[in-house]
Parts: sequence; structure tokens; C-alpha cells
Amino acid sequence: MKSCYQSAGTLVVLLLVGLALLYSGPAVGAAAGGKITGTIKLDGTPAHQRPIDMSKDPVCAQQHTGNPVKTETVVVGANGGLEYVVVYISEGLPEGAANAVPAQPVTFAQKGCVYQPHVIAIDVGQKLLVTTADPTTHNIHPLPAAGTGNIGWNKSQSPGSPPIDTTWKAQEVAIPVKCNIHPWMHGYMAVVKGPYAVSDDKGSYTIENAPPGSYTLTAWQETYGTQTQKVTVASGKSVTADFTFKAK
Amino acid sequence: MAKIFAITLIIIAIASAVPIILHTWYPPPDISTHGALIDEQMADTMIEAGVSFLAAQIILAVFIWWFSTSKPGQKIKNFPGGARGLVAAAIVLVGLEVLALGVFGQKAWANIYFTPPGANAMPIQVQAGQFAFYFRYPGPDGKFGPIHPELINEATQNIFGLDQDHDQDSKDDIVTAQMAVPVNREIHLLMHAKDVGHSFYVRELRIQQDFVPGLDLSLHFTATKPGKYEIVCTQLCGLGHYNMKAYLLVMSQEDFDNWMKQQAAAQ
Repeated sequence: MKSCYQSAGTLVVLLLVGLALLYSGPAVGAAAGGKITGTIKLDGTPAHQRPIDMSKDPVCAQQHTGNPVKTETVVVGANGGLEYVVVYISEGLPEGAANAVPAQPVTFAQKGCVYQPHVIAIDVGQKLLVTTADPTTHNIHPLPAAGTGNIGWNKSQSPGSPPIDTTWKAQEVAIPVKCNIHPWMHGYMAVVKGPYAVSDDKGSYTIENAPPGSYTLTAWQETYGTQTQKVTVASGKSVTADFTFKAK
Repeated sequence: MAKIFAITLIIIAIASAVPIILHTWYPPPDISTHGALIDEQMADTMIEAGVSFLAAQIILAVFIWWFSTSKPGQKIKNFPGGARGLVAAAIVLVGLEVLALGVFGQKAWANIYFTPPGANAMPIQVQAGQFAFYFRYPGPDGKFGPIHPELINEATQNIFGLDQDHDQDSKDDIVTAQMAVPVNREIHLLMHAKDVGHSFYVRELRIQQDFVPGLDLSLHFTATKPGKYEIVCTQLCGLGHYNMKAYLLVMSQEDFDNWMKQQAAAQ
């Protein structure tokens, strides 16, 4: 009789411990996540960026008087750092971490008749907000490739319109975005699974909360394509992964 | 009642003719060498159509007045030859009117479409695409390089699809979003549609010509007054049609040369 109580007690304790482990699992993993950081540089002369003449829509041109916006297919900072490079884990991510979706939305703004920022990265299923701050109507038109699982759309936003609130269904690096009214407006949305980062004007990036493990890290730039390298993330540590793109 | 109707008819006809006679809605002043002929033709058409309109309304009113007091059982007289004669007479009359307009207008038409541009005319290519106009100047070599549609890329602003690395003639081509022309210089405008049908219209130049995809159409004109004028698309071409426009800048030769230098530097 006593052994019966004992084994029942052990079972209950085991069950509780098991449940506790199960529920605390992701939290423990996140707390123990590592960091991937690095700098992306361009080797060579960047492709020539043309100034954009917005005279067709005077309310666009007025916002850039004397300081015309240039195309942004290659944006290099003062120290040779390459901006707008998307870095993400392309292989090796455990199912749970790959499917986790950040709660905060990503904003793609139409401001001064350009897309700001020029490139965004976003998780599959993460909230995307397309905002407009311009006194002219825009018609944003993302063009996903056929067969990716993403479906293209286009929507008009007149001045003062509320943000477009949407998500992407499948991984795709990257979806070109254009404006049907202002032909110079161009940008990209890189849809990835798992943690990601986009390089800043110094070419540096940081991926926070990467779960420990060995991965293939991919860097994508709109003109120069992709580069990959292997990284191993240790719990609570920071690992450096630099990329250098060669100018064509 | 019928008499009130007849009087109302006369009042409406005269009231609608008054703003036309007073030039209330007159087009902006002409700035081209050929525009006077177009304006003359428009005035002739207006006078002819206006006189016919007023005559028709007055005759209608007179007949209503005349027969409003008819007694019951009074016979109505027919036009000699019946309805057939009436219709035949109308066709001949209207036909003569249209023919006369055509004969008088042929000079204005031929001046633009049947006369080739002068040997000294400055070539400018205009490309219409949803929903903007872009312009190309051949540069110092005077030659336009070939267009490669597969190279058209709005992200890099390669609007015409030029291969400036390989095509010698494209190297010095200058692409702009506004169209500047020197004053009193004949322009030979080569028209190219990127996607669908569009139209090139400048009110002050008295020019309107459709773009047809696949057809190389051209126009020639000489602008005579410096200023900034609107070029608009007047062929419904899609959702952004309302916003499809560009500006024509008519400048002195000196200003034009400076503008050209700036544009060449911005390529």
C-alpha cells in the first residue's frame, strides 16, 4: 500500500516537473539566446546612383528642393559599410524558433515620395504596417514571384489614409515593391522565418535572440545577390559574422 | 403654354451662345508657330456650328409659336417630298458643312502631318508609360542608342532600357523627366509608348497626339514664348492617369545650354 502511494507521488512529481519544463521551455531558450553581429562592407566602387527628378508631382519635388533623392540600389556609408543588407538564418533553425513570430509590427513608410526604409525584413505572419505621410496619393504594389505562396496586391492611399495592415504568408527574399503612381519609388520586403536584421548606414547589423546552435547565415543585397557563411551561436554569447560584397 | 415654351427655347439658345461670343472660356494664348491656323479653324467651326444651332432653335420656336393657335381639324402641310426629301436635304446640308470645314482646315492639318520637319529640327524622344513621361536627348553625337525593353528598370532609373556600357550611341544620351526646348527652334518629337496608349497634349502649343504602342509616331513644332507649360496625358491609360503629366520648359538658347549641362551631369 505504501509503495503504491510512493509510486503515485513520484509520478505526480515527474508529471509536474515535465509540465514545468514544457511550459518554461521557450522562455528558457530565449533567455539563453545568443547574438549574431557583424559589419557588411563593399569591396570596390559602388554602382552609380542617379538623382531622381520628381517634377512630375510638384508636392514630391518640393520636399527635396536643392537636395534631390538618389536611387538606392547600392548605399555605402562613409566607412565603406553597406546599408540595406538583409541578414537572416537560412538553415539549421529549430522548428519552434523558426515559427516564432515577433509581436511588434514592421513599418514601411511612404514619406517624401520614397520608401523609408528602402528595405525591410519581416517574419512570415508578422504584422506589416504601410503608412503614408505624403500630401499626394500613393498606390503601393508589392510584386512577389509566382509560386512562392505570396500573392501580389496593390492599394491606393490618399493623403491622411490609415496604415495598410497586412502580413506575408511565405518566406521570400525579397519582394520588390513599387508605386504605381510615382515610377521612381522602389523598395524591397524580405520575408524570412526566424530572427533577422537589416544593416544600418555603417553597414553593421545585430540579430538578437538567436537560439544556440549551428546555422547557415545568409546576407542578401538587392544588386549583389546573396552570400552565406556558417555560424555557431552559444547561449548568452555574441558571435561575429562579417560579410564583404564585391562590386560588379 | 406652347408660347411660353417657344420663348423659353429662344432664351436658353441665346443664353448659351452669349459666353461663347464673349470668349468667356477661351483657350490660353497660343505659343506656337502653327497655332494661329488651329485657332482660326476652331473659330470657323464655332461660328458655323453656332449659327446652325441658333438657326435651328429659332426656327423650332417660330414653328411652335405659329402652330400653337391652330384650330381643331386643321390640316398640317407636309414638306415637299415628305420625310425622305427632308432627310436627304439634311444630309446634303450637313455633308456640305463638314466638307467645307475639311477644305478650310486642310492647311492646318497638312502643316503638322504632311510637312516633314526641317533639316535643322532638334530631335527629342518622349516615352509615355504608366504613369509618367520621360524624355531623351541624343547628346553631342546626335544619335539615339537602341532601346532594350528587358533592361528597363525603374529602381536604377534606366527608364528607356539603355545599355550605356555597350552601345556607343547610348553613352551620351541624356534622359530627363522634364522637357526643355530652346525658344524659336523647331523640335522633332519622336513618340514612343512603353505599355498602353497615351496622349501628348500641350494646350498652349495647340498640339495633341496619341501614342500608339508599336507605332513610331512623330510631331514637329516651334515654341515661340519662354515659360513653363503642362504636358498632360489625354488618353485614359489606367488608374494613375489623372496624375500623368510632365512640364515643358521653353527657354532662351543660353538657359537651355545650361540646363542641358546640368542634366548631363546628373546622368
